[in-house]
Amino acid sequence: MNYFPDEVLEHVFDFITSHKDRNSVSLVCKSWYKIERYSRQRVFIGNCYSISPERLIARFPGLKSLTLKGKPHFADFNLVPHDWGGFVYPWIEALAKSRIGLEELRLKRMVVSDESLELLSKSFVNFKSLVLVSCEGFTTDGLAAIAANCRFLRELDLQENEVDDHRGHWLSCFPESCTSLISLNFACLRGEVNLGALERLVSRSPNLKSLRLNRAVPLDTLQKLLMRAPQLVDLGIGSYVHDPFSEAYNKLKIAIQRCKSIRSLSGFLEVALHCMSAIYPICGNLTFLNLSYAPGLHGNKLMKLIQHCRKLQRLWILDCIGDKGLGVVALTCKELQELRVFPSDPFEAGNAAVTEEGLVLVSAGCPKLNSLLYFCQQMTNAALITVAKNCPNFIRFRLCILDPIKPDPVTNQPLDEGFGAIVQSCKGLKRLSLSGLLTDQVFLYIGMYAEQLEMLSIAFAADSDKGMLYVLNGCKKLRKLEIRDCPFGDAALLEDVGKYETMRSLWMSSCEVTLGGCKSVAEKMPSLNVEIIDESEQMEFNLDDKQKVDKMYLYRTLVGHRKDAPEYVWIL
Amino acid sequence: MSSENGKRLLETDAGGLNFEATELTLGLPGEPRVTSDGGAKLGSKRGFSETVDLKLGDNNREVKLGHSLQEAAKSPVSKTQVVGWPPVRGFAKRGKKSCKYVKVAVDGAPYLRKVDLEIYNSYQQLLTSLEDMFSCFTIRNYLNEKKIEQVNGIEYMPTYEDKDGDWMLVGDVPWQMFVESCKRLRLMKSSEAVGLGLTTGPKYSSTN
Repeated sequence: MNYFPDEVLEHVFDFITSHKDRNSVSLVCKSWYKIERYSRQRVFIGNCYSISPERLIARFPGLKSLTLKGKPHFADFNLVPHDWGGFVYPWIEALAKSRIGLEELRLKRMVVSDESLELLSKSFVNFKSLVLVSCEGFTTDGLAAIAANCRFLRELDLQENEVDDHRGHWLSCFPESCTSLISLNFACLRGEVNLGALERLVSRSPNLKSLRLNRAVPLDTLQKLLMRAPQLVDLGIGSYVHDPFSEAYNKLKIAIQRCKSIRSLSGFLEVALHCMSAIYPICGNLTFLNLSYAPGLHGNKLMKLIQHCRKLQRLWILDCIGDKGLGVVALTCKELQELRVFPSDPFEAGNAAVTEEGLVLVSAGCPKLNSLLYFCQQMTNAALITVAKNCPNFIRFRLCILDPIKPDPVTNQPLDEGFGAIVQSCKGLKRLSLSGLLTDQVFLYIGMYAEQLEMLSIAFAADSDKGMLYVLNGCKKLRKLEIRDCPFGDAALLEDVGKYETMRSLWMSSCEVTLGGCKSVAEKMPSLNVEIIDESEQMEFNLDDKQKVDKMYLYRTLVGHRKDAPEYVWIL
Repeated sequence: MSSENGKRLLETDAGGLNFEATELTLGLPGEPRVTSDGGAKLGSKRGFSETVDLKLGDNNREVKLGHSLQEAAKSPVSKTQVVGWPPVRGFAKRGKKSCKYVKVAVDGAPYLRKVDLEIYNSYQQLLTSLEDMFSCFTIRNYLNEKKIEQVNGIEYMPTYEDKDGDWMLVGDVPWQMFVESCKRLRLMKSSEAVGLGLTTGPKYSSTN
């Protein structure tokens, strides 16, 4: 490989796009490392505390696109205090000071201030794309700065963020000269938007392919927007309530029919059942349908809608679809690869949820199913075994039984055998979430069979340390392990501390690990940050090593202890 | 350990509506569980104590409760939700319908009632519920042209005040639109409604 000049190698490396592959390439030899680092444009950092912005900038001067993740996954479920960390400002500040020509920034679970957004908008002339997922800390003022200053903005994608909405004006901040928008998603904003400004913006954005509206955008505005943007590929409807006998609704039907390119549909944040027939003409082309924010859509109308969607590959839905509705999915959606069934209000009547029956039906009818997130009332071993047989191609299998320690209701056995069948059959399984009554046995199976497993989420399971040990010993590719409310203690934690350096992170809360155990890990492994999160102040007064630790989060890092941790986080 | 299957009445100030049969609760040893609004509740067909006594697999093992469940069992009745369960982001936002309680006034009654419009799916259900609530009166139910046997000889027309402050006849607009625009209900004496020219029925039947 010394025969080729650098330019040739660089050209070859251009074809290698996956982060994993580029990382591997950089390890081959010094010259490959050098060529790779200069030609690298996209960098993914799964834990913002594993490296510093300075080192990132030093290694990859050609950086154009940066993805950063902050808080641990369990932060989504209120297990991590809000100001734990994950601040993006230092990154933007460092990048702004450097000569990096940043064009794209994708953040997940980070704290983003208006200040950071403003700095971002003013520091990078060619900035094109901002994607914020599950972030918080900013207001619509920050969005206004992005709109006003990023002259070549192509993408502003806000997914499930906590945004303080100061109402409406940020959309007006897009200058008349801004005509480059390809993707605009503000569905998570709760406030009013300037509808006129929105209409004008869409009118002057001929490349707009993806538009996701929030609840404040009414049906008649939707109709006007669709008339101006019939080229849309991805549409998120805000409010969908109207009188079906009105002129606006008739106009909408016409507008929708013109949108022959729509492949992805979501939203319906407010919905009236009787207006759904207007959507039927585009259903036949849909590959992605997300109705998980539309509790108003249920029963026969929902089933009728689904029956029109024969090409669906991904379906996100609420459990009010019921087992019967899932049966309709099984009959209709033969191309289905991904299914997510979310729980609706738990105070609903019992028949508003799904059981093992629905899942079995889908597994039988949809042989291409490879990704599942399923919240259900109950599950049986028999059903899981059947699903495993029907669908051996699962890459992601996340099952959440609403009662976290519920056994198989038919046999009263734990669900060890069922999950065991899944891991045995699905040889490509990368992500697994368990629930229901589970003993150490299921972990034995996971350790034995889940060879490709990268992420495992465990809650209210196992009987002893053995469970955790089976997993740590068996799953060679494990990267993220998150555990809550399991009887795993120091013996399991300390068995193989070297393993944690091969992983991104380990989360353990409400388990049996002690302060002493955590200290031991920290001592033995200086390359890990071992954080104890304890808001109750008991750590201040009681430094007894035998004290059980409420929440422990440890992760590998190249830059030592972080300096921005709040008072209640102890880094050992 | 006594097994409590945790059935309980959901507190409501709507007329005697019980959610008992539809309740999801986890019966832990000790007091029955009550969750506050928005709390995650754990459902189980059997009381938890029953599962603890089961022989699991070959050995008679004790199921070790995670800390959170132990805490939940110990803590007082008002604070028993398990943090972070079920694991859904924005759980309270997704799927949970808002309550829409509106006052219901009946001409001649000394006090008002309140109903949550969100729990009904159609006009028929609402009117049936109002009939139950005010069983001593007869509500004119011309949605399906049925005349209910009059108890005290007075018939009532269901009307409502909409967002604009106008008094409208119940049944003209689609159900969902009605729920969104209704501010309060009034059961007006039919005799007062005479002369309003109500010869045609509403557009929306109970099957909507």
